[in-house]
Order: sequence, then structure tokens, then C-alpha cells
Amino acid sequence: MKWQIVLRRVGKVFDERTVLRDISATITAPGAWVISGPNGSGKSTLLRIIAGLLTPTEGEVLYLYNGERLTARQQRQAVGMVAPDMALYRPLTALENLRFFARARGLSLRDSELLEWLEKVQLRPRAHDPVATFSTGMVQRLKLLTALLHRPPVLLLDEPGSNLDEAGARFIYQTVKEHAGHGIVVIATNDTRELGYGEPLIQLGA
Amino acid sequence: MNRSSSWAHEAIAVFAKDWLLELRTRVALGAVVLFAVTSVVASGFALAPPSGVPAEVKAALLWVVIFFAAVAGLSRVFVVEEETRTADALRLAVSSTGVFAGKLAFNAVLMWTLCAITVPLYLLLLEAPLRNASLLVIVVLLGSTALACATTAVGAIVAKATMRGALFGVLSFPVALPPLLVVIHATKAAWLSDNAWRVAAGDLQVLSGFMLVIVPASVLVFEHIWSE
Repeated sequence: MKWQIVLRRVGKVFDERTVLRDISATITAPGAWVISGPNGSGKSTLLRIIAGLLTPTEGEVLYLYNGERLTARQQRQAVGMVAPDMALYRPLTALENLRFFARARGLSLRDSELLEWLEKVQLRPRAHDPVATFSTGMVQRLKLLTALLHRPPVLLLDEPGSNLDEAGARFIYQTVKEHAGHGIVVIATNDTRELGYGEPLIQLGA
Repeated sequence: MNRSSSWAHEAIAVFAKDWLLELRTRVALGAVVLFAVTSVVASGFALAPPSGVPAEVKAALLWVVIFFAAVAGLSRVFVVEEETRTADALRLAVSSTGVFAGKLAFNAVLMWTLCAITVPLYLLLLEAPLRNASLLVIVVLLGSTALACATTAVGAIVAKATMRGALFGVLSFPVALPPLLVVIHATKAAWLSDNAWRVAAGDLQVLSGFMLVIVPASVLVFEHIWSE
């Protein structure tokens, strides 16, 4: 067992509204795990807390590698995330977006390599077009690429199939299957198809 | 694939990305340069003939124009990430120090561009005296960098606030006023004094000291603001 994410009595309060209370779980690699629950139950909030984008009001989230706790920087580098409210830079092209995220993460990837990544999601012909001209499904595929670019051991997906056609949904399923073979995938969803992508981890609002 | 991510690498990536976005959209550059050029030209016509205007007033007017032009464009570097919902992707890819340093570098270059256009135009239209050109260049360089530090620091603090506009104005006053007063005094020295370097030496030290204090303090505060 190498990678582990431990949620210890996590709670989140926005102003005076309690969104999450006393959530505990241990997520281990390899595998895919599903957080489910009705709209407004706190799935996205919990995923953002796991990603380190939100600080829990109570409890803590620990990232462990071979039992050793990771620093905040190591934790950030270990995570890739796709969420509906995480946007890309719309005036920039698909290639420029990938180039930026690669450089920001310290990856020395050549344009030819980035174009190969775009080929994987059938976006190579649109590599030099601004993201603003993309359909929502194309943006979703590009977001998934930016999340996978640094080959993170932990992949967090918030409603990954939203706005995707059959081919897009198959790509998501394939990515989850591949990633779950060696790392951790956590999916927050209500979609009946996506509920079957992994083992039930937490059901919120139950 | 090689991975070497430090805050300096991250800052360079953020800086390059912001300039690419700016060249594509011209939002900040357009607002800043348009405001400054309009103000300078309007002042040139309104104060004609400019020879009757005291150098103190001309120095103050120059920096008031530069400051308000800076506020019009520089304060938006962090807000735009929140408004376009790119902030979370940036948070996951780049450390808070890398983001702050990249945004500060972007604002500093924007300020230097603004000054490169505004100051010569101002000298021409308002017939500003010039006894010591090399000192003026140093004063403008340090002054514009100090104002970039001040506006970046305040912009970072208010980025996630709901009443950003009002808060930016309130916080800018105490943060930007000290370097503004000092740089006006140093500009006047470059224009009027025979021993300008000696007169402005203290001002240059204060500007350098201001930046040495405000930048590390802003980085520390920004780490907490940016992470939530």
C-alpha cells in the first residue's frame, strides 16, 4: 500500500450553514471510489476539501505515501482535478492552456508531446483554436487532460460526465479504469452510470 | 519528462500566461494607457501655458495620473482569475508564492510600459524642467515598481472580498500614499535641484525599503487568502 488519503472527522460550515459534519474515511490505492448524494448534500465541497482547495472547519485530511505525511506542496503536486466550476483560460488556445499548466507544474514537455496528448481526446485538429470557441464537451475533455498532464497519483472528478456525449463518457470511463489500476480516483456524482465506476465511499445526505 | 517546479519557475509561467492573455485581450493595457494619455493630454491643454505652473504641482500631477491609471488596470490581476473561474485550476497548479510573484512581475512590467509612454509625453506637453535625466529615470523606475508592489498587494488582499471596489480604495490609501509622497518629492528634486542626487537619496532609500517590507508581508498574507 503506497498512497492513502485519510479523512478524519471532517466538517464544513459556511457562515452558519453546516454543509458537512463528521465525515471519516480512508481512501487507499489502487482503486476508484464514489461519493454520492442528492444535490446540495456537499459532494463538491467534500471533493474540494480533499483537493486542498477548501480548509475544513473541523477535522483534517491527510495525504500519506508509504505511511509518511505529505507536505502541502507535495499534496498539491499529487492531485489532478476536474470540476464543473474549474475553468480554463478561454482566450488561450488548447495548446497554450496545456503549455501553461505543464510549465507551471515544472514539466518540460515539448509541443509535439502536448499535441500527442491532445490527440488522445481527439482535440489535435483544434489545438490552435481558442478554448472560447470549444463546445462544453470539448472543454471537459481538455480539462481532463490538464488534470492528467503531470500524471498525478490522485484524480478527483466532480460530475465528470456532465455535458459529454457517448464517446466522451467512454473516454472518462476508460481514464477512470486505467487510473484506478495504479492510483486513486475519487468521483463525486449522482449519475447512475458513474455510480458504477468505483466502490461506494461516502453517501452524503443519507 | 522532467519535473522541476520551484516558485520562480511557477512565477515565470504565470507571468508569461498573463502577458499572453493581455496581448490577446488588451484589457489592462488598454485601460491603463488610455486613462494616462487622456489625463496627460487634458492636463496639457488645461494648464496652457504650462510655464506658469510650479514644478511641485507638475510633479504631483504626473504621479497622480500614473497612480490612478495603475489603479484602473493593475488591481484586476487577481480578481480576473476569480471572475473567470480559473482560480481553482491555478491554485492546484501553482503555489501562492508563485502566483503572487508572477502577478507582481506582470504588474511591474505594465507599470514600466505605462511610464515609458506617459512620462515623455508629460515632459513634452507640460514643459517639465529636467536638470537630472538619469535621476528621473531611476526615480520613475523605483516609483513605478513601488506602486506596482502596493497595488498588487492590495489587489491580492481584496481579490476574494465581495465589496472589492470600495475595499480597494480604502486599503490603497494608507498603502500607496507613502511611496506616492516620496516619489513626488524625488521627481521634484530631479527637475529642480542642482545637487539632485543628494536631495533624492533619502527618497530612493525609502522607496527601496518600502518594497522590501511590502513584498514579503504581502506574500505571507496572500498565502492565507489564496488558500481559502
